[in-house]
Amino acid sequence: MIAVQQPVPLPDALQVPSNAPEHCPGTQSELAGKADACAGCPNQDVCASGATRAPDPAVPLVRERMATVKHKILVLSGKGGVGKSTFTAQLGWAFAADEDAQTGIMDVDICGPSIPTILGIASEQVHSSSSGWSPVYVQDNLGVMSVGFMLPSSKDAVMWRGPKKNGLISQFLKDVDWGNLDYLIVDTPPGTSDEHLSIVSYLKESGIDGAVLITTPQEVALQDVRREIDFCRKVGIRVLGLVENMSGFVCPNCKNESQIFKPSTGGGRRLAEDMKVPFLGAVPLDPRIGKSADYGISFLDEYPDSPATTAYLDIIDKIKEQLEN
Amino acid sequence: MASTADTPVARRLQHVKHIIIVCSGKGGVGKSSISAQLALSLRSSSPTAKIGILDVDLTGPSIPRMLGLDGHPVHQSSDGWVPVYADGSEARLACMSVGFLLKKKEDSVVWRGPKKNAMIRQFLSDVRWGELDYLVIDTPPGTSDEHISLMEHMAPVASHLSAVIVTTPQAVALLDAMKCLSFTRAVSLPVLGLIENMSGYVCPCCGEISNIFSTGGGQEMARREGLKFLGSLPVDSDLVTLLDAAEISFELLRQYQQTSTAPLFAKIAEEIVRTLSDKET
Ligand SMILES: Nc1ncnc2c1ncn2[C@@H]1O[C@H](COP(=O)(O)OP(=O)(O)OP(=O)(O)O)[C@@H](O)[C@H]1O
Ligand SMILES: Nc1ncnc2c1ncn2[C@@H]1O[C@H](COP(=O)(O)OP(=O)(O)OP(=O)(O)O)[C@@H](O)[C@H]1O
Ligand code: SF4
Ligand code: SF4
Ligand SMILES: [Mg+2]
Ligand SMILES: [Mg+2]
Repeated sequence: MIAVQQPVPLPDALQVPSNAPEHCPGTQSELAGKADACAGCPNQDVCASGATRAPDPAVPLVRERMATVKHKILVLSGKGGVGKSTFTAQLGWAFAADEDAQTGIMDVDICGPSIPTILGIASEQVHSSSSGWSPVYVQDNLGVMSVGFMLPSSKDAVMWRGPKKNGLISQFLKDVDWGNLDYLIVDTPPGTSDEHLSIVSYLKESGIDGAVLITTPQEVALQDVRREIDFCRKVGIRVLGLVENMSGFVCPNCKNESQIFKPSTGGGRRLAEDMKVPFLGAVPLDPRIGKSADYGISFLDEYPDSPATTAYLDIIDKIKEQLEN
Repeated sequence: MASTADTPVARRLQHVKHIIIVCSGKGGVGKSSISAQLALSLRSSSPTAKIGILDVDLTGPSIPRMLGLDGHPVHQSSDGWVPVYADGSEARLACMSVGFLLKKKEDSVVWRGPKKNAMIRQFLSDVRWGELDYLVIDTPPGTSDEHISLMEHMAPVASHLSAVIVTTPQAVALLDAMKCLSFTRAVSLPVLGLIENMSGYVCPCCGEISNIFSTGGGQEMARREGLKFLGSLPVDSDLVTLLDAAEISFELLRQYQQTSTAPLFAKIAEEIVRTLSDKET
């Protein structure tokens, strides 16, 4: 006998509260509060009363905050360490290069926030005012929110299970005074789990423009990105396109190019073709990208003539085009 | 922690001498590659060593691909799930991963915490590992549901547990490695040591070492935090290709031994074996 298990189909997962037991039928289901699995669930009374078929109270508050945000973009990957946070930061800086545009970056990687370091604002704290938490500003038109601004020390581990992470994400969406934004970019942790489900379910109603997917060329990364595309399709998020990062290494001495992460199965370009998503471009491996991130400086400003900068700017133009469609 | 608690997990895992949790905080630093290499190296460390490798990265399992086991199904026996053996009939390298349970490899596993917790409990209690010298556990990035669940379910065998922390040299990775270390301290998980992965790159043309991801940060962190530094592994593009290749037969071990990383890793594995056997006595 083969012990195949199927994960719960996603429409259910969006309706499964993070504190529900394993076999929760979904709060919108006819069986909500009445199924065998509901016995002992903390939500049983609420579900049985039918109240859960009404929307989450945070949703209208999120909708109100998000009414003044024009474009909402998720940066996703599935695989860890492929450069999601670095790309998010470059995208933020590039959008903010236009003085008339207001940009926000929201970091929902609760256990491993990198955005404060990459943007050079790691020592900042969040302040609250009557209109909510105010984001930390990198420059006048680039505001940032991350759990990194809330920890007493950068060494502290955030050992939270799903429900607490979801609580914080809903606060980031309803309690942060984002103001009028042209772009809100959301950096996510790897995987397809609580953070992803929460951000999608909270933002769904206000409308997500789409997701930019990041990969590296090797199959071990591509297989996770396939899963992420599957996730986007299940929850109905448009894929703005795929970026292949760390594509080839150009030696700073002899300009010779070598493939460190070989695209053994055709890399990002082939994946984009196979899965019918737009391919946005490839960014080479450049040690100066890692250094800039560690020092919190903008790579695009620092090395305007590098091939990686050209690649980034090309990709960002394509994203803008996609947003206009 | 009650070491005598008679839970299904305790009953299964009491036959496992050492359980090594590979963790990092940061994504993509090489946890899965190091778990795979550790399993292979430990297997070669003695002709009778029995190794298990458990992949608890439920939404991004890499171990099946890296060990060339993509698409293998898991069979059910009267005594629980039968792990997939990476070395066929020799049966000295047992693997379990959620990747074996998916119908299609591009299926996303979209699970919230409680479902993950249940799956991990099942992996620990229902898999027929048998007697093992070492069980290597590959974890996802972060310090969240998977990690907390692992520690909770394995509390009855806490004396068998230890961790290896993996980092790369960049500041963003070290920052998360620190968080991971704080986690191990908070849950009293002994740390065998720290590995700095992707540390420097030896050019295949001229042999010059260039610092793609800089170098040395891991060693410095180990010194500062009083951890054993297990070693650094340079960027090795042959290793990437090998772990990508998904060979069906158990050619992997022989091919792995030809990479430039294998001898470096053998030293790390030796050090781990030594530390653990010191602990036994
Ligand atoms: N093109 C590049 N060339 C060289 N280094 C890069 C490049 N892109 C990203 N990096 C570096 O690689 C590391 C991983 O990048 P980053 O932290 O952005 O990945 P991530 O996908 O956000 O990771 P996580 O999954 O942990 O959130 C960082 O140190 C970053 O500076
Ligand atoms: N020393 C190395 N040299 C070159 N590439 C490496 C090295 N170690 C790992 N890699 C490659 O880097 C990629 C990421 O490694 P791996 O998947 O093991 O990281 P991980 O920490 O498990 O990632 P995740 O957080 O997504 O689980 C893989 O393609 C792997 O083959
Ligand atoms: S009571 Fe509600 S939340 Fe709990 S298991 Fe039943 S349907 Fe799910
Ligand atoms: S051969 Fe060229 S690519 Fe290699 S390190 Fe020397 S200068 Fe760089
Ligand atoms: Mg990140
Ligand atoms: Mg992994």
